[in-house]
Amino acid sequence: MAGNFELLSEQGLRLDGRRPHELRHIKCKLGVFEQPDGSAYMEQGNTKVLAAVYGPHQAKGMKTETNDVIINCQYSQATFATAERKNRPRGDRKSLEFKMYLEQALSAAIKSELYPRSQIDIYVEVLQADGANYAVALNAATLALIDAGICLNEFIVACTASLSKSSIPLTDISHTEEVSGGPMLTVAALPNAQKIAFLEMSERFHIDHLETVIETAMAGCREIRDILEAAVREHLLHIGSAADWARVG
Amino acid sequence: MQTLREFTRKTKRGNILKIVREHYLRDDIGCGSDLCKYCFQNEVYQLTSKHEIASSLFKFPHYLVLDTNVVLDQIDVLEEDVLHNVIVLTTVLNEVKHKSSSIYKRFNEIIHDRTRNFYVFVNEHHKDTYADRDPGETANDRNDRAIRMATKWYDTHLETSQSSKEFERSGMANTRVVLLTDDAGNRAKAEAEGILVASASEYVKSLEDFPLLLDKLSHKTFDNEKQALPQYPAHLSMKQVLEGLRLKKLLQGSFQASRENYLEGSVNVETYEKGILIQGRECLNRAVDGDLVAVELLPESEWSAPSEIVLEEKNVYADDVPSEERTEEEKDMLKQVQQAAAAASAERTPTGRIVGIVRRKWRQYCGILQPSLIENTNRHIFVPADRKIPRIRIETRQAAKLQNQRIIVTIDTWPRNSRYPQGHFVRSLGPLGDMATENEVILLEHDVPHCKFSEEVLSFLPKLPWSITAEDYAKRVDLRELDICSVDPPGCTDIDDALHCRELPNGNFEVGVHIADVSHFIRPGNALDKEAAARGTTVYLVGKRIDMVPELLSSNLCSLVGGVERFAFSCVWEVDKEANVIDKRFHKSVIKSKRAMTYEEAQVLIDDATQQSEIAKSLRHLNRLAKILKKRRMDNGALVLASPEIRFQVDSETHEPLEVEAKQMRETNSMVEEFMLLANITVAEHIAAEFTECAVLRRHPKPPPTNFDPLVKAARYQGFQVDTETGLVLSHSLDKCVKEDNPYFNTMIRILTTRCMMQAVYFISGSLQKEEFFHYGLAAPIYTHFTSPIRRYSDIMVHRLLAASIGADSTYAQLLERKSNEELCHNLNYRHKMAQYAARASVGLNTHLFFRGKEEDEEGYVLFVRKNALQVLIPKYGLEGTLYLKTDKDGKDGVERTKSEVIFTFNEEDHTQRCGNVVFHSFDPVSVRLSLDSSNVQHEKLVFRLVKPYIKGFSVEPSTDADIPPTKKTKKDTKKKN
Repeated sequence: MAGNFELLSEQGLRLDGRRPHELRHIKCKLGVFEQPDGSAYMEQGNTKVLAAVYGPHQAKGMKTETNDVIINCQYSQATFATAERKNRPRGDRKSLEFKMYLEQALSAAIKSELYPRSQIDIYVEVLQADGANYAVALNAATLALIDAGICLNEFIVACTASLSKSSIPLTDISHTEEVSGGPMLTVAALPNAQKIAFLEMSERFHIDHLETVIETAMAGCREIRDILEAAVREHLLHIGSAADWARVG
Repeated sequence: MQTLREFTRKTKRGNILKIVREHYLRDDIGCGSDLCKYCFQNEVYQLTSKHEIASSLFKFPHYLVLDTNVVLDQIDVLEEDVLHNVIVLTTVLNEVKHKSSSIYKRFNEIIHDRTRNFYVFVNEHHKDTYADRDPGETANDRNDRAIRMATKWYDTHLETSQSSKEFERSGMANTRVVLLTDDAGNRAKAEAEGILVASASEYVKSLEDFPLLLDKLSHKTFDNEKQALPQYPAHLSMKQVLEGLRLKKLLQGSFQASRENYLEGSVNVETYEKGILIQGRECLNRAVDGDLVAVELLPESEWSAPSEIVLEEKNVYADDVPSEERTEEEKDMLKQVQQAAAAASAERTPTGRIVGIVRRKWRQYCGILQPSLIENTNRHIFVPADRKIPRIRIETRQAAKLQNQRIIVTIDTWPRNSRYPQGHFVRSLGPLGDMATENEVILLEHDVPHCKFSEEVLSFLPKLPWSITAEDYAKRVDLRELDICSVDPPGCTDIDDALHCRELPNGNFEVGVHIADVSHFIRPGNALDKEAAARGTTVYLVGKRIDMVPELLSSNLCSLVGGVERFAFSCVWEVDKEANVIDKRFHKSVIKSKRAMTYEEAQVLIDDATQQSEIAKSLRHLNRLAKILKKRRMDNGALVLASPEIRFQVDSETHEPLEVEAKQMRETNSMVEEFMLLANITVAEHIAAEFTECAVLRRHPKPPPTNFDPLVKAARYQGFQVDTETGLVLSHSLDKCVKEDNPYFNTMIRILTTRCMMQAVYFISGSLQKEEFFHYGLAAPIYTHFTSPIRRYSDIMVHRLLAASIGADSTYAQLLERKSNEELCHNLNYRHKMAQYAARASVGLNTHLFFRGKEEDEEGYVLFVRKNALQVLIPKYGLEGTLYLKTDKDGKDGVERTKSEVIFTFNEEDHTQRCGNVVFHSFDPVSVRLSLDSSNVQHEKLVFRLVKPYIKGFSVEPSTDADIPPTKKTKKDTKKKN
């Protein structure tokens, strides 16, 4: 599979038939579980993620010393998420890395001053992995936080981008594109504030290309934000209609 | 714009994985036709009504859809500028890419040619033409169905566009879509579905305006051919081969035909160091040089040894059924060899037979048409220029025209019942014997890109008149005052290096090497750069140079000619009297070479003590320092290798060779060389340190010990011990190989050593461990090419890296990317190798021309003793040839004699040939008469005949009478004297 694939055909289509700037098909749903305080399900193409949020609740033990909110994430991948079954669903290096990255990105979005000495637990489970797992996990976590009613500065969304051999940037990288050897860049951003909360690169980009690739990922973030926002509004209308909120919308 | 219907596709691989991929279907893919009113068209129409082709089969305007098999087999027809308005489906494109990358490349070139009106239709992602694979359907069937589906869709799609009243009123005939496929099953199905369909040959035949296109059709079977009996065993099916390989019953490797014996070859298999020997027509089983084959090893009792016989196939005629006689002869040869092998069991090597072909590596072959005995026949035999390739049967209607021309032919198929493969004519190169044609053959055979530079490439050249601006001076170090000079071979117009040396006040010397600053003119990424990268190197043929960069740069703006201001990239050292480098620096500069000299002129200047000019003085310093450097290098174990090199004096008008001389080595050659090596090594160290991942370097791997076998053996027969443990030891033992009575002996030993060496290759620093950077021949831990950017692309890369590291130029993405650099190195290595082979072939060609109508006695040496021949090297011409000791009954070299007269006995033990009291050892001096055998106009060859030592009845008489003009008549005369 390695290396020699051209990510973008001469007819301007990617391996799965998308054009360079197109995102994969996104589906999402808030409030999928009753037990947690907030939950969400998100599909981005074939990458499917569940997120659940508990809290804010009182932080336990030693952690109460600090005044800040404690954000605790757990990232895990279902054993059946990839073509080859994986033995350790969590606790491996990749999962721990993603957990840290999630905490880092989310702490930039949550209005921490509102939750002193509290803890927020976020559990993310990747049910099916097909590229850009971290980005989809973060997007699902955002929805779950909103569902839980936790105050955010704004939507925090992540998107990936890559570069074809002809130096055309590509948005939202699928698994096939990932393993075909293209470089990958992941950005988690606060789109309205134009702030980047987190950025990761799988390999080095040349300085000439970096800016356009980041810009592409940011554009992807804005697009995802719009989709998520529409989903949240829809969801609110839906649960609100029981309480006669429908006329508000 | 985007329909998000989602499809999944499941494929299995390896240990059965289910792979699910998204597959988006779109509604924004245009059909590319100018008739269409509905599609979203995002580019210029490719399918236009401008090009209409008259076909007797379809008497209305039509577009063509090609099936995969048509593209694969009939690429030569497609390359002709005849077919237009072709719809290329991505299904087809992907299949072609998968099956043959070379055809894919050629097909792509046709598609990119906008005048050809080939339109790529992404049917796989179009919402109406995507075919999901049905359960139980093979991938092949699905693709066929997808192709039919797309054809059908196009037809109805255009139909709706053309059914409007408006269109009817215009009075144009309806355009339809025709599917071309050579698969009978697919044709039948298409017909049933109401699709217009034809086979490629039917269609081509129906094009009345282009009768000659028929020649280019690939034939799987020749019409009305009598079914001959199978002459070859059947190949195993792909499945059986894979199974055999898996069970290790079969071995896979690339087949290499022997240059000397058409019934012998070897298969390079990883586990066998020397490869597996294949002997005899049936064991070779239709493998062609380069093919990837599956071999079955014979039982050890049937193993054989390389025959050491030089065997050439004799002429046959197209309709000639292989005569019993010849088959007998072949069997004889085999038997002989096997008996010999049984006797000398030590020589036996693993032997096998080819049972299947994994992948054909057929390409286009240059050659000539063999005159047919029967008049007015269409069937002919084609003789390739490359001796490793078998003859090819072709069908052509223009044989009379092609008779004395060099032509190109490709192989289509090799059925079991045909002695030779079947192919078809591609194009003609020009008349036989014409210098331009012959050069063309050499360039084509070695895959040298040699077409004119395109307008786009030329557009990136600097505009004339070109001058140096004040800005340039500001950016560069001004070295115009220095006494810089260049030393090159005579007639050299692409001067890329110049030198200077001056004494510093502290008694040390400042030495500078100034290299033409080509990277200043060739900016990364533009068409000029891409072209240069693709060419990789300048190719030097005798009397002709195929430039890597356009002449304006190579011979003018970049070339460091004397007395003119030029840009250079300078590498300047401070060295002490003992040539130890104390300091070094790199910078871009402006120089003004004081004088461009030849090696000879420089030598004269150094030797003439009365010359006290600055240049003469600095040359003397350089020469002295170079000697120290050279000694130091030798002490480190650098090898002095030799290869017979010659120069031709070429007539400027006819381009025919006038005079031959061996290249002379002067002190000044070695002086320039030493400083170039020093510059290369210094730069290599610098860029490898600056760019640990992506520096372009050059390494020369140590050859595996078995490579030295022929050398060690040959030396042992002469009573010398050659040690090959390390470079240093080898170098010492080579120095000891001196024979008082044979001054050329040492050179020959070195020539043999050169042949044991591996190829030096370019690589990327990040791809190997530091220890592997070693350059064996130069005994340098690290090396690169920096000093010839005008003729080598690698040097341009090194210049760019160096410039980036000293801040003289900016980097760019490609420069620092390991993967693309690796691909580049791969190409450069390939081009380099091919350029060398092409140069050698050109020398060979010119030697032939030189001997046309001439006969000469020359001193030579025996290089190898073979079973039926001597390999003789003529140092004067750098020529190597075969002196046959046993002749065939037909008297191949035109001299009639019977076997009883002279009998040579071959001694296996010490590799000698004995006849009476004359014994031939390797390295023995001999005198041979060279002449060109032109009896066969198509295939001229040089004939070697023995003059000295004189063997009655075998040798020719030394020509004492100088008056007799050296023509063919002499040959007969001398014979009569006998």
